[in-house]
Amino acid sequence: MTAYDVEPGDSVHPGDPVTVDRYTAGARVNHWITATCLVLLALSGLALFSPWLFFLTDLFGGGQWTRAIHPWIGVVLFFSFAGLFIRFWRANLWKAEDGTWLARLHDVITGHEERLPEVGKYNAGQKAVFWLMSILIIVLISSGLVMWDQYFYGYTAIEQKRIAVLVHSMAAVIIICVWIVHVYAAIWVRGTIGAMTRGQVTGGWAWRHHRKWLRELVSGKKSS
Amino acid sequence: MAFVPFEFELPNPNTVNPTTTLSDADLVRRSASSVPPPARQLTPVAKLIDVSKCIGCKACQAACLEWNDKRADIGTFAGSYDNPADLTPEMFTLMRFTEWVNPDTNNLEWLIRKDGCMHCEDPGCLKACPAPGAIVQYSNGIVDFVHENCIGCGYCVRGCPFNIPRISKVDNKAYKCTLCSDRVAVGQGPACAKACPTHAITFGTKEEMNKHAADRIKDLKSRGFANAGLYDPPGVSGTHVMYVLHHADKPEIYANLPNNPRISPIVQLWKGTATKYLGLAAMGLMAAIGFVHHIVEGPNKVSPEDEEAAKRLAGSGRP
Repeated sequence: MTAYDVEPGDSVHPGDPVTVDRYTAGARVNHWITATCLVLLALSGLALFSPWLFFLTDLFGGGQWTRAIHPWIGVVLFFSFAGLFIRFWRANLWKAEDGTWLARLHDVITGHEERLPEVGKYNAGQKAVFWLMSILIIVLISSGLVMWDQYFYGYTAIEQKRIAVLVHSMAAVIIICVWIVHVYAAIWVRGTIGAMTRGQVTGGWAWRHHRKWLRELVSGKKSS
Repeated sequence: MAFVPFEFELPNPNTVNPTTTLSDADLVRRSASSVPPPARQLTPVAKLIDVSKCIGCKACQAACLEWNDKRADIGTFAGSYDNPADLTPEMFTLMRFTEWVNPDTNNLEWLIRKDGCMHCEDPGCLKACPAPGAIVQYSNGIVDFVHENCIGCGYCVRGCPFNIPRISKVDNKAYKCTLCSDRVAVGQGPACAKACPTHAITFGTKEEMNKHAADRIKDLKSRGFANAGLYDPPGVSGTHVMYVLHHADKPEIYANLPNNPRISPIVQLWKGTATKYLGLAAMGLMAAIGFVHHIVEGPNKVSPEDEEAAKRLAGSGRP
């Protein structure tokens, strides 16, 4: 039986310390393209969200450039994220232990991981980020197309464009908040960022945070 | 009845040292930014369009193209007298023709409304605009687009309750009637008013135009148009382009002139201070929570025991 949340490329290497391959080069490149797009979209979008932040248009060559380039970055992000989705969706399916993990959120944020159930490749928080990102990106690209007057002006009525711009801005605020959680979690939980830069984490990291995944990797290695 | 000479004829242009009386110092609103209160208050102006006097000659459209140095593309017949079929980035004003059968009299009435920017006192375009200074409002009521600041996002299109601004495919900037702010600045009336052969379009102070409209409405009522009235919609705090309508109770029959125009509640919510502050506050709060959490809890570090446990599990460390 293949473990549900062991992804292609995941493997464990005994040693001192034990190292665990968590993300393939393809997944890392895919992630950083998406990340770059998301940051650029947030900066160019915030520039048009509030007059206080209009100065951010200077980063993109002025207001006209910001307006013109923002939707194209969105298109790149959409397809790039679709790649991440195809890679990661299976390991992000909700499991029984995720409910327990989430119910003990207090222990999560106070760092009492010994009181939490063993989790697979992703914990409930990571899964929540994954699914929120997925849903919000669909909302943002759909409402974004309705707002993209340069190519799609004639397809919708003005009232629909008004709704789209409201939905787009609200979804953007939420996704930026989700992004902050994502980035903060990666910083707070030491040893995480290496997963997305070198592709590896230590065995201790996997033991501490994703023990079920580590057990599956080890048992998969022994049985093969 | 004694002949009353028409009193709203425009004087010929003053070509001797025309003084510019519209400047940035006269701004009362500036998009995505604030302006200091102007030192002087200009007399509010208005263009009055008497629909009952319009003969649909389109001289106003021709004059508008001429003054603004625009050339509309040769169009195609779309089944009506409207030409072009809609407002365009070049055509700031448009005669809209409606053939309406009056249910009370069973008469066919040919309603011709000169469409274009209404120069709202409460301008939705300006309030929706994200680009500082791309849309301005002068203390005389003129709402003007400043093209060098326009980024072509089309938010003004969403903000406008009258569906007026058009984005150019050539330079990606928004265009609409300026109320000939450049002519008004030197004491002239708008080109369309100057060209109108029947004086269906008149221009002056808003007070004068209200007075003139009242006379016209009285006249129309005496001739059987019981519902004749002035269109100066309060939903946008009044406009600086007003209509005299013979059926003011049904503005929508004039090519869908909105009955109670106002800035869409969706736009108000989107542009509302509450949404902006809440949105920025939410993002700031998330970041602040992270910062405080890190200070209080410290980093979540992998312990040597964790590494040992992993080694035991992975079976490493054996000779």
